[in-house]
Formats: sequence, C-alpha cells, structure tokens
Amino acid sequence: MNVAIIGSGQTNHRSRRLDVNAPELIDEAVQAALADARLAPDGIDAIVVGNMEHFEGIHLSDLWAGEGTGAVGKPQIKVATGGTTGSSLAQAAYYLVASGFYRTVLAVGWERLSDSEGETTTGIVTAFDPIYERPTLAGAVSGLAILACQYQAKHGTKPEEAALVVVQARENAAKNPHAHLKQAVAAADVVKSPLLSSPIRYLDMCPTSDGACAVVFTSDPGDRRCAWVRGVSSRHNHTYLGDVAEGAADFIHTLQLASADAYRQAGIRDPRNDIDVVEMYEPCTWAALDWAEAMGLCGPGEAAGLWASGTARIDGGLPINPSGGVLCANPIGATGLIRVAEASMQVRGTAGACQVADVETAVATGFGGSFWNEVMIVGARKS
Amino acid sequence: MSEPIAVRATPELTFRYAAGQYGSRFLEGLREGRILASRCPRCPRTLVPPRIACTHCSGRMTEIAEVSPCGTLLAWTLVAFPFLDPFTGVQRPIPYCYGMVKFDGTDNTFQYFLSEKDPTKLRVGQRVKAAFREERRGELADLLHFAPAGD
Repeated sequence: MNVAIIGSGQTNHRSRRLDVNAPELIDEAVQAALADARLAPDGIDAIVVGNMEHFEGIHLSDLWAGEGTGAVGKPQIKVATGGTTGSSLAQAAYYLVASGFYRTVLAVGWERLSDSEGETTTGIVTAFDPIYERPTLAGAVSGLAILACQYQAKHGTKPEEAALVVVQARENAAKNPHAHLKQAVAAADVVKSPLLSSPIRYLDMCPTSDGACAVVFTSDPGDRRCAWVRGVSSRHNHTYLGDVAEGAADFIHTLQLASADAYRQAGIRDPRNDIDVVEMYEPCTWAALDWAEAMGLCGPGEAAGLWASGTARIDGGLPINPSGGVLCANPIGATGLIRVAEASMQVRGTAGACQVADVETAVATGFGGSFWNEVMIVGARKS
Repeated sequence: MSEPIAVRATPELTFRYAAGQYGSRFLEGLREGRILASRCPRCPRTLVPPRIACTHCSGRMTEIAEVSPCGTLLAWTLVAFPFLDPFTGVQRPIPYCYGMVKFDGTDNTFQYFLSEKDPTKLRVGQRVKAAFREERRGELADLLHFAPAGD
C-alpha cells in the first residue's frame, strides 16, 4: 500500500526547556504536526510514541503522550530502540499504515536530555554490557571515537577536514528555526576546542537537546502536499562493541546494508545522482564522513571532499543536512524522526530557508545502539 | 509568568548483573590469570568474551578454550571529558585510554584499558599483551590493562 507523509511538527530545540514539562513539550510538536497536516486530533487513528528511556529516569513514555496526541481511547504503542528511536517510530508508523490496519498514524518522538542534568553519557553507558564494556565505555562519544580512530588510520583524514562538516552544519542551522546550535564556527575553532575522546573534540560532537517531533503518515492524503515513502530498511547489529568494531570477523556496516536495501526498493541505482538531498543522523563530524561513504555518496576516503568542495551545501550538487542535522540539535528520541520530518519537508517544499531546489528524492537515516542503522526514503512520486 | 520550577531527584539504586555460565567461566579464568574464549565448532569462530551464540552462524558455541594474552591493537581513544560513572555514581577518573584488541587466535576484538595514555604513541597493528593484577578476585578488574608487547 502507498503511504504518504502529510505533515510534521517540531519544537524549537534548546539545551533546556524548563518552561514546559514532558506532556507540554510533546504537545507543541503534535499541535504543529496536526496543523501542518490540516487534521484535527480525531483524524489520527493510532499513535506510535518513543524516547530513549534512560535519560529522564521515567520509563513509560506512552504515559506522557496522552491528551495532546489524541491517544486517549485509541491504539498507541511505544517504540524505543535507543538512538534510532525516532527512525524506528517512522518505520513503525509506516508499517501500521502500509499494512492497511490504520489509515492515519501519528509518530511522536521526544527527549528532555536536560532532565538528567547533562549526564547523557551516563545514560548511554548503561545501554551496554555491564560486566565487559561499561567500565571502559564513555557513551556515544568514545564509541564514535573508536570509529573515528579507524577512519583516520585508514584514510589519513585531518581533523581540519572533518571539522568542515560542523562548519557547514552551523551555517545551515542558522536558517532553521528549530535548530538548537546556530552560532557560526570555523574549522580552526573546532580543532582547538576541548578534547572529549580522541580524536573527537567538543565541536565535533552533537549537542544534547530538549525537544520533540511529530510526523503524520497516511494512506489517504487527499489534496494535501505529501512525501511518499519509497524505501524503508533497518539493519541491526551484534551485542558487544568488540564484535561490531571493524576488524572483527563478523563486522557489518549496517548503514551500507540498510542503504542498499532501501535504494533497491526506491529504484535508486546511482545514489550520488539519484538522491537530491540527504538528512543523515550524524552524531559527530567523523561519523558523517564514514557514513557518506557507506551510503555510496562518494568513494572510500573521499567524503571530506563532499564538504570541502561545497557539494554538501544547500546549493551544492548533493546537499547533506540542510537543516543543520544532529550536530545542531539532538533531542535523542526525536532526532531520527526529525531526519524523516526534514526529508519530507524537502520533498513537500516546506523547508523554508533550508529548502533545496527541485527535490524529487530525499533520504533520512537513523543511527543508534551498537552501530545499527535505519534508512527511510521519501519522494515526490508514488513509484 | 512566574519563574519555572524544577524538582530534583537524587536516587541511589543498586543493581546486580548475572554474568551467566559463560561469563562466570571467563571471570574465573581471569582469577587464574587466563583469557578464556568460546568456540563455534562449525564456522570456526573463537570469541572473547565467551558467549552462547556464534556471531557468524548463530549456532551454539559449545567449547571454551584458553587463548593467548597477546594481541593486536585495532583502535583506541583517550577519554578526557568528565561524566558520572553509572557503577559508582561519581565522576569516572579521567583521562584514561582504552582500545579494541584482537587476541591472537580469536575472531573479534575486546574493549579494555591501555597502559599507554599518550595516543600519539599508539598505532593500528601494534602488539599488546594483557597484564593481570597480583591479587585477583574473579572480576573484570583482575585484568589491569593492555601494555605494549615486544614480541
């Protein structure tokens, strides 16, 4: 069955939203999505909601998305897959509509990272094996630092080159009302910023944000401007970080696998030319380089060139994260859904100052857990 | 509008994690100063820490075998930022260095502390050897770190 995205809503993501509690934060995104989709709450048949439970110390996010989502008296399920929660919400909502069980489904992702007083790393550490890996792991920062170390060793990429990813992200974020970090940075600032976990420095890494996102999926868009879902894929990974590291015999690149699968569904043969815009879940500059290659946007070791040459800019040949991406806003349980929302906005032509010209096909990715990935492709045409 | 109010909670929670049969063998091995791995009889795969399912075929790993404490360093990082350690509830001592080490004769990597704290002195392919502490208690901390090996 054909499934379309007909609306999305986001909060203006910030480091700390003390002016609202969790239901009010969720409500902001939901009301914006309903208005964008021109729907009243009774137009929603089912809800999928999620966050990454450990950050707030509250675990039943289904409970926090009641009245505002219109969920009371309706089917609602929670989906929580860590960093990929947002992209999994989009996939779950898609499947609920595509299956024919529901006509219109609302996906809602949210996070209040400020509730744990900035200790996001503590929460992420608890996601991994308590006996073998927690003693050494320093959350997503050090996990990604291992990837960055291997990328650098393989390709000889310099920190100044990786830094261009966040330089461009901040330029784009300055145009996005929802983005959290909008201040311009130069590559020289990035390489001099405090070391977090070598080679990752403070400005190489995404922030922690409070925010929410909601996206409406339907099989019956009527005359609404819509983005059709053209490809959906998810690839999971091993339990231990020692098994997912490159060099382990059963290493798999889950983004490469998920991209290839989604491209096949969407009829994309030449990703570099067939894709008009990418909204990639890039939690750090170095990851963006590795993942652009995994997605086949360039050859091995060539990713830094996408940013250095201007190709990845909003007005470049292959814009990457015109919204400013995860490097400029990261309310984790919403982050993957924001990628889908932004990709659909590009296709629907509602991305405002971040709009890329003539978007037919947009790709959104989600990253989480022990390096697993999800991909959703949306397009202007049904097939 | 009045000033927003936030309510503080500072819970102290205690957890107890089961190591399982494979993990218990591994931790007993550390007490004896040995690194134990699980083996898949079909693939073949030899994996540290030992576990029930093979990463290649998902079959049962029916054998436990000792492997060399020597290995190859494949990646590393120097952790330099402060955060609360969920084990202790207080800040983890920084800086510290850890890496991904492939024990000789195994097929995956093992994540653990490195003795070297200067990342510029580390390289991919470097030989390292597991060092054990004197008094061992059957816990992961029996493994001190990986130190550079001259072999």
